[in-house]
Amino acid sequence: MERGSMSVNGRCRLRVLSPGLAASLQDAGRPGLGAFGVPPSGPLDELSFTLANALVGNPVGATALEFSLVGPRLLVEGAPCVIAVCGDARVEINGEESDAYRSHWLEPGDRLSLPRLRSGARGYLAIAGGFAARSSLGSRATLLRAGLGGLDGRCLVAGDLLKAQETAARHRLRRCDRLLPQRDRRPIRVVLGPQHDYFAPEQRERWLASEYRIGASSDRMGYRLEGPPIQCAAGHNIVSDAIATGSIQVPGSGEPIIAMHDRQSTGGYPKIATVIRADLIRLGQLAPGDRLGFEAVSVEQGEDIWRGRSRELARLLERLG
Amino acid sequence: MAAESAGLKVAAIDYRLVPIGDGGVLVDCGERIESEVNAWVRAAARAIEEAKLAGVLELVPTYRSLAVFYDSCVVRQAELLARLPALLDRIASVPGAARRWRIPVCYGGEYGIDLEPLAERHGLSPAQLVERHAARIYRIYMIGFMPGFAYLGGLDPSLHTPRRDSPRSLTPEGSISIGGAQTAVASVAAPSGWHLIGRTPVRTFEPERERPFLLDAGDEVRFVPIEHARFAAFEACAEEDWQWSEAV
Repeated sequence: MERGSMSVNGRCRLRVLSPGLAASLQDAGRPGLGAFGVPPSGPLDELSFTLANALVGNPVGATALEFSLVGPRLLVEGAPCVIAVCGDARVEINGEESDAYRSHWLEPGDRLSLPRLRSGARGYLAIAGGFAARSSLGSRATLLRAGLGGLDGRCLVAGDLLKAQETAARHRLRRCDRLLPQRDRRPIRVVLGPQHDYFAPEQRERWLASEYRIGASSDRMGYRLEGPPIQCAAGHNIVSDAIATGSIQVPGSGEPIIAMHDRQSTGGYPKIATVIRADLIRLGQLAPGDRLGFEAVSVEQGEDIWRGRSRELARLLERLG
Repeated sequence: MAAESAGLKVAAIDYRLVPIGDGGVLVDCGERIESEVNAWVRAAARAIEEAKLAGVLELVPTYRSLAVFYDSCVVRQAELLARLPALLDRIASVPGAARRWRIPVCYGGEYGIDLEPLAERHGLSPAQLVERHAARIYRIYMIGFMPGFAYLGGLDPSLHTPRRDSPRSLTPEGSISIGGAQTAVASVAAPSGWHLIGRTPVRTFEPERERPFLLDAGDEVRFVPIEHARFAAFEACAEEDWQWSEAV
């Protein structure tokens, strides 16, 4: 099926035979609306999302499907399409095992199945042209708790039709290395603060030395951590303050909550630390039950790591052209 | 109020600059809910916005702090820390309210299930509580928590009430509630531990509307009691004669 160049006419639909887990459409999200209480949303693992889009020739931030642990089963209808899957996914086309990290040409009648991931928590399915979805506040990213974007602001259900957007582009099949963020098993790196000085030094050290488990009720809003509770000398209620993606809040129970992409914009728990930009991607690949620890780094170290990552990604995207 | 709308002089406010990871700086005025602090925060947001610093992506003002989010591929935090004090220390006046909204509210009954117990708690009749709540002009201290959710300062001290011991898992959109020293206008259905005293039929957040968010931090709000029978008409946008705002 390798072809030099193909065109798809954009009338392709993917019928959802089974929806997988917490599968939602995501794009670059809604950055810049925090002052109106709107979270940024967007993919939990930005790297895998970006690669999946690049493999089908989409611009950065095109609308793709994010799923957790188990992906959907889909039937191609209407017209051919080009798709790619990233994350440690098993890709089955008409029952035959195929590969993630490459694009595939699918014909009407083909069945695409994305069973349980081999490792990590998130997989991404991109389609040439991007998925069509309702745009709310300038983005198609699904925000469940406000019903914004995606398919009526909700996750996939069986019977849904995922439509590809019209695209006049011609496509060639591409592949790239399997870049799995979850292979890096180091502690999650954080910058202490903004309220780290509300905690006694021994509480901070206890937190940094402890291992936590991602709780079962974790989702795109936040990860609840289970492990040694951390006490805040000044109490666990503060005057509401801004929250960032990666803010580590410590509520009265003492068990930290990491704010993720669909977080509140403000909150009243003290924040002991903030996950560095680069490690949000690794965090996105953690699932309930996974264990993690933390390591404090300086602001400059965090910035250097992110600058390095951004350069690597830019080079990679250039090669995928 | 009139003086403030023209821009009110403020004394310098103590703040500290603390990192929010490798992508943000918090301008933090401490644990205070004071109108002067909140006004200074809004002035700080305006000063930073007007300076158009390269790499600054987003400003999120709250009661007592301003988060400045930046792109570390464009600007380093160290550079921001060096530049912000010059902008912040220059703030001499704060902007007045741009608007004063008149928000219709159905108080009590099915629309405000906590009105009666709350009135009893404060030794008031429900009508007295409504009168006191509707008598004040409120300032929107911040929009936060959920899209368009407005936190208002200026509540009559006799109505200050600690939050409920157990939050409700879902309260209706449009809820007007009291929590501590504040009152709020809920834009969307949300969990809440605040006391529900009424409900507005006005959609303060409507993503498909040209102006998705009706309310903005710094605006003023007056609550206008309406009969329960008018809720549906307002909800259907059939109350064309309603005066939505008044002179500040």
